[in-house]
Amino acid sequence: MIFISDSIILVTKIFIDIKYMLTEFGKIFVFIIFAFLFVAISIFIAKLIRPSRPTKEKLTTYECGEDAMGSPWVRFNIRFYVVALIFLIFDVEVVLLFPWALTYKDYGFYGFLVGIIFLVVLAIGMAYEWRKGDLEWARPAPNIPKLNKILKNMPSVQEKNETTEN
Amino acid sequence: MYNFLTELTGNEIIAAFISAMLPVVFIVPFVIFGVLAERKVSAHIQDRLGPMRVGYHGVLQTVADFFKLIQKEDIIAEGADRKFFNLAPYLVFVGSYAVYAALPFTSTYIGSETDIGLFYIIAVSGFAVAGILMGGWASNNKYSLYGALRSAAQIVSYEIPTALVILSMVMLTGTLSLATMSEMQTAYFWNWNIFGGAEWAFTKLLLIPFMFIAFIILYISTLAEVNRLPFDMPEAESELVAGYSTEYSGMKFAMFFLAEYGNMFAVSALVSVIFFGGYQSPFGYLGNSLGLQWLIPYEQLFWFALKGILFVLVQMWLRWTLPRVRVDQLMTICWKYLIPYSFANLIIIGLITLL
Repeated sequence: MIFISDSIILVTKIFIDIKYMLTEFGKIFVFIIFAFLFVAISIFIAKLIRPSRPTKEKLTTYECGEDAMGSPWVRFNIRFYVVALIFLIFDVEVVLLFPWALTYKDYGFYGFLVGIIFLVVLAIGMAYEWRKGDLEWARPAPNIPKLNKILKNMPSVQEKNETTEN
Repeated sequence: MYNFLTELTGNEIIAAFISAMLPVVFIVPFVIFGVLAERKVSAHIQDRLGPMRVGYHGVLQTVADFFKLIQKEDIIAEGADRKFFNLAPYLVFVGSYAVYAALPFTSTYIGSETDIGLFYIIAVSGFAVAGILMGGWASNNKYSLYGALRSAAQIVSYEIPTALVILSMVMLTGTLSLATMSEMQTAYFWNWNIFGGAEWAFTKLLLIPFMFIAFIILYISTLAEVNRLPFDMPEAESELVAGYSTEYSGMKFAMFFLAEYGNMFAVSALVSVIFFGGYQSPFGYLGNSLGLQWLIPYEQLFWFALKGILFVLVQMWLRWTLPRVRVDQLMTICWKYLIPYSFANLIIIGLITLL
């Protein structure tokens, strides 16, 4: 019993007596809780007012008035997945760059160069992605960039080939 | 503001709750006004009259719509995943509302004075993607699924140019806090970031064209992030009925709608804070010249709301000016134009600031 009364006193002390600080992220947490409560309360108020008379017709999946055909979880373009993958890489990169952007001025030109090297490596990755055709939405066939292929298509090499054939 | 509330109520948590309530006091009238403005602007651009019946020139139309929505039956279709279906509006609204925690409305009111406000905003906008995908998937409807997938792909791709432009602005100003960023662009409009920031040096002149490029990239990509025309693929009415919100009705649909308009104002306010001085007045304060210090926060709120609403109006104007883009064009605009340009812009701005 003593333990319980002690703990009750402690809890009331936490809520009333002790001056404690909310951190800035604590305030953000309060914001998020408030947003949840706002949605919950407004949906609850609507629940008190609105009618509820479901029929079989009402509860069918909407498909412009027709009866629903087949499974709603249809196949979708694999591109969405590729876009999400590329996004992941870029987003991680941006997260890594934020601390650099805040402090690079303290290190002068050297600090700038370090970040630029990182950016250039990423740009090369992006260029590879582009050349490979992963940024195209409707892709005809995979076109994997290879050094030999590019050299073959270069005009100077072609000319040489022609001269040797002649 | 927060300290004042703490003294008034004597408890920090109650004070925090009251300060978290204040943006809703702003958003709900804004949405009521914004929906009406959207319909009126669209109508007048197309040489129509728009809503005319409810109140003088249809002023009370949105209020009537609200009362209609609150009475509507809540239908959850057979085969829908009820748990996720009910959870989705919460996530979408929370994602849109949490952004307001880091926006400085005046110099005295900001929800949370974090040092990493911009970073937080980029992170928290991911909430909405999860909500949209959840709603689309749980609806058990083909239109919803396609709408949700398109929306997720779009928001996710356009987050990269947004983040890159914000990164270049962070390099220029050296701060991630939106409050500090607004404070730096004080006094007159030539101190705004779009005119090269508050520092007077020859680099200021060099910066101006690149600031304009950055502003345009940010505006386009935020337009895509809130699913507005010409980037409204997720809700293309002629193809997908209403996208991810097809199966929603009544108050849950209203929450999606509220979140959408809340997002519209949030990104407009973000653009105005980053480039146009946020709550700062373009030509000094009346309160300063009259010697009335208490007037300044109200003036700041007025300028903040005015700039935000101005960008929202531009969004509405663009809706009836540009045709909708195709999905492949959407991806081309993002990955082949905006991202390389913002990359180059980032490097150039970084170099100029270093000079």
